[in-house]
Amino acid sequence: MKRSNIILLVIGAALLLLVFNGCGSYNNMVTKQETVSSSWAQVENVYQRRSDLIPNLVSTVKGVANFEQKTLTDVINARASASQIKVDASRLSPAQIEKFQASQGELTQALGRLMVVAEQYPQLKATENFMELQSQLEGTENRIAVERGKFNEVVKDYNSYIRQFPQVVFAGMLGFDKKGYFEAVAGADKAPKVEF
Amino acid sequence: MNKLIYSFLLCFSFLGLQAKDFPKQANPPKLVNDYSGTLNADDLNALEAKLEAYEDSTSTQIAIVIENSLEGEDEFDYSQRLAENWQIGRKGKNNGLLIYIAIEDRKIRIQNGYGLEGSITDALSKRIIEEVIKPNFKKRNYYTGLDEATNYIMRAAAGEFINDEAMGNQQGPPPMGFVIVLILFFLFIIFFGKGGRGGRGGMLMGAPFIGTFGGGGFSSGGFSSGGSDSGSSFGGFGGGSFGGGGAGGSW
Repeated sequence: MKRSNIILLVIGAALLLLVFNGCGSYNNMVTKQETVSSSWAQVENVYQRRSDLIPNLVSTVKGVANFEQKTLTDVINARASASQIKVDASRLSPAQIEKFQASQGELTQALGRLMVVAEQYPQLKATENFMELQSQLEGTENRIAVERGKFNEVVKDYNSYIRQFPQVVFAGMLGFDKKGYFEAVAGADKAPKVEF
Repeated sequence: MNKLIYSFLLCFSFLGLQAKDFPKQANPPKLVNDYSGTLNADDLNALEAKLEAYEDSTSTQIAIVIENSLEGEDEFDYSQRLAENWQIGRKGKNNGLLIYIAIEDRKIRIQNGYGLEGSITDALSKRIIEEVIKPNFKKRNYYTGLDEATNYIMRAAAGEFINDEAMGNQQGPPPMGFVIVLILFFLFIIFFGKGGRGGRGGMLMGAPFIGTFGGGGFSSGGFSSGGSDSGSSFGGFGGGSFGGGGAGGSW
């Protein structure tokens, strides 16, 4: 009687520990996934912020006599196609992130060219409105860099967590998939450096 | 070509190679940190007193860091990481602001926390740098530049936050290990309590133990040593986060 009690107790304790461990890592995965989602929301926020700046920028630049039209239409088109890309915040698969990054990268480049061309119009550079837009655009590109970095950070934490034991056993089963990173593409996705 | 080199360097900076160390915070912590010896003691104290008084009434933390050199780092990247590392601002409010200056590089950067993005816009930061800091710094009037710049910032951020921090610290939920021990403890009582005497006796025997557990939890709370010694009211940075807002320039 006594011995069997002890054995029962040990088995019970081991089972309890296992259940708690499983619950613990499930809860951790949920928490980490939520962190990734909220971080993604921040990323979308700052890209949206940039998108919102563009109409104002375009109308300011348009006011300048004989401004090079092609750079302007490039920005407008790139913005339109970038806003078409919708990412499912609950999935955030590597392929989705890659597509998002590519379309936003095109907009980054178009904007960069526009700012370089704008430098050649002294009457534009002198206006207060343009200077203000320039500082906002610079700040927004900085914010994008920061939020992308933070997003990569939490994705790294999540991705390495779901691949560890014991989570790896049931992570896939419960729908905890690997999430995508923002890759540093040489040159192509570099924020336009707005120098003063 | 330049771009290639830049992105190459960027890759390395992510790996942690060739990264400049953050300066050590003063002890007791200060809002104005001059590692370059640019400001004299009187100016330092005047700025510190002003910013501490502002922090005391609004909880908004305006920090100034002056260093000699960026050692080749990008001023935005470095000051952003420094602000995050020091966690300037209050947790949840993110109402920190860093004015970073590298004297030899003649670079200045205003970084504001998430909570101040509404009142200290990028355009305003830019204007403060262009119209207040640059003209003064060019004439080597570092104190005047910083004094006036902080006045503008304080006015712009006025009313955004109030100091409503309660004293004492919060207690988190008990850790999982503690809960497991507690459950095993109950199981132990139920199993062995039945074996020995009646069930009720066992439960009663457990009661004083639970009492001591609770007692231990409370007594470990304690108070943090945020006492006001030598007139300084600044209790240190804590928990602020930055999103990359602000502006920069060089004089």
